[in-house]
Amino acid sequence: MSPTPQDNGEMRPRTLAEKVWDDHVVRSDGEQPDLLYIDLHLLHEVTSPQAFDGLRQAGRKVRRTDLTIATEDHNTPTDNLFTIADPTSRKQIETLRANCEEFGVRIHSLGDKDQGVVHVVGPQLGLTQPGMTVVCGDSHTATHGAFGSIAFGIGTSEVEHVLATQTLMQSKPKTMAVTVNGSLPEGVSAKDLILKVISLTGTGGGKGHIVEYRGQAIEELSMEGRMTVCNMSIEWGAKAGMIAPDEKTAAYVKGRPHAPQGEDWDAAVAYWNTLQTDEDAVFDKEIVIDAASLSPFVTWGTNPGQGVELAGTVPAPEDYTDPVDRTAAENALHYMGLEAGTPMREIDVDVVFLGSCTNGRIEDLRVAAEVIKGRKVADGINMMVVPGSARVRDQAMEEGLDKVFTDAGADWRFAGCSMCLGMNPDQLTPGQRAASTSNRNFEGRQGKGGRTHLVSPAVAAATAVTGHLASPADL
Amino acid sequence: MDKFTTHTGTVAPLRRSNVDTDQIIPAVYLKRVTKTGFEDALFAEWREDKDFLLNQDVYSNATILVAGTEFGTGSSREHAVWALKDYGFKVVIAPRYADIFRGNSLKNGLLTVELPTEAVEALWASAEADPTFEVTVDLETCEVRAGEQTWSFEFDASGRWRLMEGLDDISLTLGDEARIAAFETNRDAWRPRTLPAAV
Repeated sequence: MSPTPQDNGEMRPRTLAEKVWDDHVVRSDGEQPDLLYIDLHLLHEVTSPQAFDGLRQAGRKVRRTDLTIATEDHNTPTDNLFTIADPTSRKQIETLRANCEEFGVRIHSLGDKDQGVVHVVGPQLGLTQPGMTVVCGDSHTATHGAFGSIAFGIGTSEVEHVLATQTLMQSKPKTMAVTVNGSLPEGVSAKDLILKVISLTGTGGGKGHIVEYRGQAIEELSMEGRMTVCNMSIEWGAKAGMIAPDEKTAAYVKGRPHAPQGEDWDAAVAYWNTLQTDEDAVFDKEIVIDAASLSPFVTWGTNPGQGVELAGTVPAPEDYTDPVDRTAAENALHYMGLEAGTPMREIDVDVVFLGSCTNGRIEDLRVAAEVIKGRKVADGINMMVVPGSARVRDQAMEEGLDKVFTDAGADWRFAGCSMCLGMNPDQLTPGQRAASTSNRNFEGRQGKGGRTHLVSPAVAAATAVTGHLASPADL
Repeated sequence: MDKFTTHTGTVAPLRRSNVDTDQIIPAVYLKRVTKTGFEDALFAEWREDKDFLLNQDVYSNATILVAGTEFGTGSSREHAVWALKDYGFKVVIAPRYADIFRGNSLKNGLLTVELPTEAVEALWASAEADPTFEVTVDLETCEVRAGEQTWSFEFDASGRWRLMEGLDDISLTLGDEARIAAFETNRDAWRPRTLPAAV
């Protein structure tokens, strides 16, 4: 397919994804995948050491240190800022520091005011802007698509490729629209919306597509909510998720440390204003959702597609006609220790985790604090609040949110990925059940033998208060 | 990277769909800074069950992993591919894969073949009935041959060429240095830079 917008001398109507893609093509010959220029490369300690090793062995440099930034997040402790108890974790973080020093890459280390989960840090610094290509050795890079950028996760070999060349070989994905008409009802959040989408499509439904979320409900979301939606695009297999930039997007970027200034700002905004899907552009696929039909949504199983309304019940394997889905449901019920037909609201939890690149931003903490204010975390429940970044943490403390959480009996932590993936000591123990605002309910994801229900921040807070899955309306 | 043309081996029949990368290698094993030595981490939690497939002696020499649909979903961790390779798998066969996992496999010479569910079911049944049942995966002809049966599969032409030649993508791309430099010359000046750090 031709990467150029010209077709017989006339502009062919294009989708947002096609426009951003076309603007980053370095080479397109129809035989090899397109060579795509990368505007921003984010690094963290887990998926980069082998890439730096590769550069070293080949005697290569980082081509564009000025388009590269690192932070420490996956493996960092959240109970203190100084001591990494596990020697292998410590070594991995020390390796990142040494690599950044050697190759001249900017890094925000533990204790730095700009340290935090990589997908919270980029937007917060104003480095994530509309119309960019953003990559990171982390599948939740899709988050940055909320600004109208093409953002996707890559493996370590590709990390090395970007470090060495500032480009990636990529086959042009298809495009899909998820149109959410109408307004979300009161009490229904971006997280509920995206969990519903994933339950409709399954974990592979977005495969090979860049998805554009659009429609009134998407336009009405805050930038934080849009990031939550785009973040979980990977959970239904999409290459990336994006939302067209608008005034909210520009307002979010404006004034941040790396936002364009003066004439540059005007030039940038003029470009951003072109980043809309043309009226006659055709998507390869479209899903339409009526926002009014949505309600708080949670998962019951062991992949993010196994979700149900909070008002619903645990499904039975016989509910599924596809034998693959039926077997998956049987396995999931067994692992989760659940009986079919149990109302979701009757499921008791042991742990509530509020945080992650999905729901660890300031707005998420505010929503949860609002619910929990003046109430107590139920007896026997451990609620852990982990801000997405050091700056989110500072801001929350300025607003007194930390006090709201600690007064309720919750544990107020330092920033990091924490229990989202259970790489640092913040882990579930075998058989423990969590309501988690993170993105994956895979077996053992949050700790060996741990059982995860994915929920929104509001549901997480209400669950902490009641001890069973609940929404604020139940309090 | 090693070249891949054809491989003949026996099958480990993994009757699971949605085998995510957290199952292939749990996060606690991602702390290492090397690219090898992950064989012990492959399916680490499932391997604690003594009846798990890979704990059965009859499948200990299997080099072809046959699994259900949506294989490799979730995390972008390339460690999942390293673990499969370190353990001894040369080929994975499944109805469908997550894109990032498939891309990572390509970079490491692990062949991922997509066959329809019926073919996967047939391979499971054959390997369960006879663990010594041999399967040939031929990238040259894009065929999987097993006993009397042959299935064709599709494989992206460029990826196939790179696998068969064992090519290094970075060297290929650096051959386009002039075009990359030209692109950089024309980039908008207002595009953000990480350096110098702004406050």
